[in-house]
Amino acid sequence: MRRRWRGVWAAVTAGFLAGAGCATAPARSGNGAVPAAGGASAEAAPADSSAVEFPPDPFPSTYAPLPSKTTVIRHAHVYTGAGDEIADGDVLMRDGKIAAVGPHVDAPADAAVVDGKGKFVTPGIIDVHSHLGVYPSPQVDALANGNELTNPDTAQVRAENSVWPQDEGFNTARAGGVTTLEILPGSGNLIGGLSVVLKNVPSRTVQGMKFPGAPYGLKMACGENPKRVYGSRKQFPSTEMGNVAGYRQAWADAQDYDARWKAWEKEKKGAPPKRDLRLETLAGVLAGRIRVQMHCYRCDEMATMLEVAREFHYHIAAFHHAVEAYKLPDLLKASGTCAAMWADWWGFKIEAWDGIVENIPMVDAGGACAMIHSDSEDGIQRLNQEVAKAWAAGRRAGLDIPEARAVEWMTLNPAKALGIDDRTGSLAAGKMADVVLWSADPFSVYAKAEKVFVDGALVYDRDDPARQPESDFVLGGFSGGGGR
Amino acid sequence: MKVAKFGPAFLILAAAAGRLCAGTYAITGATVYTLGPAGKIEDGTVVIRDGKIAAVGRSVAIPADAIRVDAAGKIVTPGLFDPKSRFGIEEVSGVRETRDDAVKGREFTAALDVAPAINPRSVLIPVNRIAGVATAVVAPSVTEGGTIVAGRGAVMTLGSTDHYLLKDPAAMFVALGEAGADLAGGSRAAAVLYLREALEDARDYLAHRPAYDEARRRRYRLDRLDLAAFEPVLKREIPMVVAVERASDIEAVLAIARDFDLSVVVDGGAEAWMVAGDLAKAHVPVILNPLLDLPSSFEALGASLENAARLAKAGVVIAFETGDSHNARNLTQLAGNAAAYGLPYEEALKAITANPAKIYGMAGRTGTLEPGRSGDVVIWSGDPLEVTSAPTQVFIEGREIPMTSRQTLLRDRYLALLRHRGALPPEYTKPEPK
Repeated sequence: MRRRWRGVWAAVTAGFLAGAGCATAPARSGNGAVPAAGGASAEAAPADSSAVEFPPDPFPSTYAPLPSKTTVIRHAHVYTGAGDEIADGDVLMRDGKIAAVGPHVDAPADAAVVDGKGKFVTPGIIDVHSHLGVYPSPQVDALANGNELTNPDTAQVRAENSVWPQDEGFNTARAGGVTTLEILPGSGNLIGGLSVVLKNVPSRTVQGMKFPGAPYGLKMACGENPKRVYGSRKQFPSTEMGNVAGYRQAWADAQDYDARWKAWEKEKKGAPPKRDLRLETLAGVLAGRIRVQMHCYRCDEMATMLEVAREFHYHIAAFHHAVEAYKLPDLLKASGTCAAMWADWWGFKIEAWDGIVENIPMVDAGGACAMIHSDSEDGIQRLNQEVAKAWAAGRRAGLDIPEARAVEWMTLNPAKALGIDDRTGSLAAGKMADVVLWSADPFSVYAKAEKVFVDGALVYDRDDPARQPESDFVLGGFSGGGGR
Repeated sequence: MKVAKFGPAFLILAAAAGRLCAGTYAITGATVYTLGPAGKIEDGTVVIRDGKIAAVGRSVAIPADAIRVDAAGKIVTPGLFDPKSRFGIEEVSGVRETRDDAVKGREFTAALDVAPAINPRSVLIPVNRIAGVATAVVAPSVTEGGTIVAGRGAVMTLGSTDHYLLKDPAAMFVALGEAGADLAGGSRAAAVLYLREALEDARDYLAHRPAYDEARRRRYRLDRLDLAAFEPVLKREIPMVVAVERASDIEAVLAIARDFDLSVVVDGGAEAWMVAGDLAKAHVPVILNPLLDLPSSFEALGASLENAARLAKAGVVIAFETGDSHNARNLTQLAGNAAAYGLPYEEALKAITANPAKIYGMAGRTGTLEPGRSGDVVIWSGDPLEVTSAPTQVFIEGREIPMTSRQTLLRDRYLALLRHRGALPPEYTKPEPK
């Protein structure tokens, strides 16, 4: 219980300050650094109308794929991540990309051949909700940097400035097949700050993990957490209505900031308005460059937030911890907003009281974009099992969803929520070769990720200790071994 | 509620399960994991009568009045046993008013017993029993502002709202390690000293009770009721369950157990595998979550997915805990993962059934499928340790448990909304009357 509350409860009561970053987003148009939204995403981003000129990314990605060789996995059961499966299929990875997928693909003579007989292949798992690095192991105060609990709106801070790359959790998540993850600030604030999307490779720096060109997300939070944090200090907000007023004022301020810059840009007279890193970030959302990732449990609160988004012309990419999403798949579908859910967490607070295991399949059956997420350094290691749990509960309730579609809940749909589905999330030719070879059907509790590829590079191999990276932190300790 | 107050009188409240509508059932055709001497039985039959298991075997006479339950192709196991839960003493974790698991202040420690606080109608209970959880230890917790002694826990059945206490007290719960150090003023040394002093004083008090009552004995730090509560612990009638993670802290617990001749259980034990031989030699069981593999603290640097397998191999009796009573139903997932990381399959099953029963002195009552044991039986759709499997029927104390919970009602209400929008909002959808 204590552990599961890292992101949702304990974190917001802990009160440890995050290292506040200086928020800026890449140039507002034309430099190609950050596409407004994933090309194939279900929803369209609002038109870029911001007048605010942003400097280049102050913390540019230095990620480079690790060395790879042309590799073909043969005779595996392949789940493509896009709803299809091939019972006896091949996957060819070349130059870091998926080159071909099919019942039989031709591979160059020098390609490394992996025998996939009796095994399964999926795209790399994508977790849209992780606090690895910002609430790392060990869970000591000095390393707890996920919640900047000094103001209900800290849009100016960046999770990337809190990520400690030596969190061993990155390694155990990789051993569980996770190749991409979004690290978010905590949920103690209405607006918590910018998230960062990482490729799950070992690195001395967070810049070395940053998913090149992935859009930033803005973490926002509904409900109990922000009102408890500030209400307990007799500060604003202390109620749900206070929360909503807080979001709306923030957007109104961002509109005003944007207008002042627009006015100045028109005339270019006098000194430009003072840069405000907080409002700059919010304006980036209104311009469609930054995706809103919103912690929101309850059906009624999600509906309210969709209204706020309509009022201020922005789009909510996904509701996270959407425990009651099964109550409103119609609204989610209509707004093109995804729901990121746990399989079975419930009851740890009132807003989680109505959690049910059929949540994900019911959202999917309702036509909305559904996905699993972890919010846990433990759960992230077994997202395939969490998907399996939810899928099976759906089947028992009469929702006849094929496994191949349920695989989307941990691959393509999270890629959509992050706006990177044109680059990863399914085994389509030309996409990043982020691939997992499983020892058995990933819907089985006994299945283990045997080989994990990121951009075609073998970054984890259960059979090769040289491909099982360990963080600096665990060196010389009593490493448990055996995939920890 | 009756709670043992003085002396060795810890109560075993005999379950009157058979009194309530417990029919005669014959479950046939299943693969039966008895987890007892009969081992695994293919195409087996389990007969339940008068709340108890009447017979288990391949060729068993089926009573004429038995309701036959065809379980061909299915798996049958004993009901699951949660070794450390908050059933009935916590509803919503974040809502203080719904919790009775921990006490601040130092008025009472060892004397606290969770039993009178238990609500057998907790919403958590149906949610978990339809997933196979039949029996649970309800344990108090330590908390900030309290002491290292949380108090005494009880064993309850999840199948009844009247005679639900099976054993009370069932164990004394204590925290050492980081948590204990914090509660004892800032050092493990103080926490160990506090515990040793309490045990010494309790021993002294029990030997000189009349003198104490006449104020002719030295004063003790603990109150009379707290001292008396240690009696069944000192007599080895109930175990002392000690929360510790680090190998050296486990060694400290073993030393205390030796010095006071106690029956102890390690709770947590992230690094237990490192002292597995010592634990086995001392016959000290370990209650653990086998999924925890991260160095989550400086006392869990040795955490490993192979903890369970290594302990079992050394001969340590292990039981699994989820740490989350809302999802005690995930005991099977824990066991499945432990099996995936080297624990033999039947040992994994035992870690959520027979072993916890044994640890709390309940092996004669539940945890295995043997004649005379309580009718705690689960029929699974498939391998119980697979996350895709689920019970098709649960029997607790011989009664067929309704396979519904608040969660299934929510599900069905909104499934109806999903399938066809009715003329009325979903709030008008009432469940079928039972």
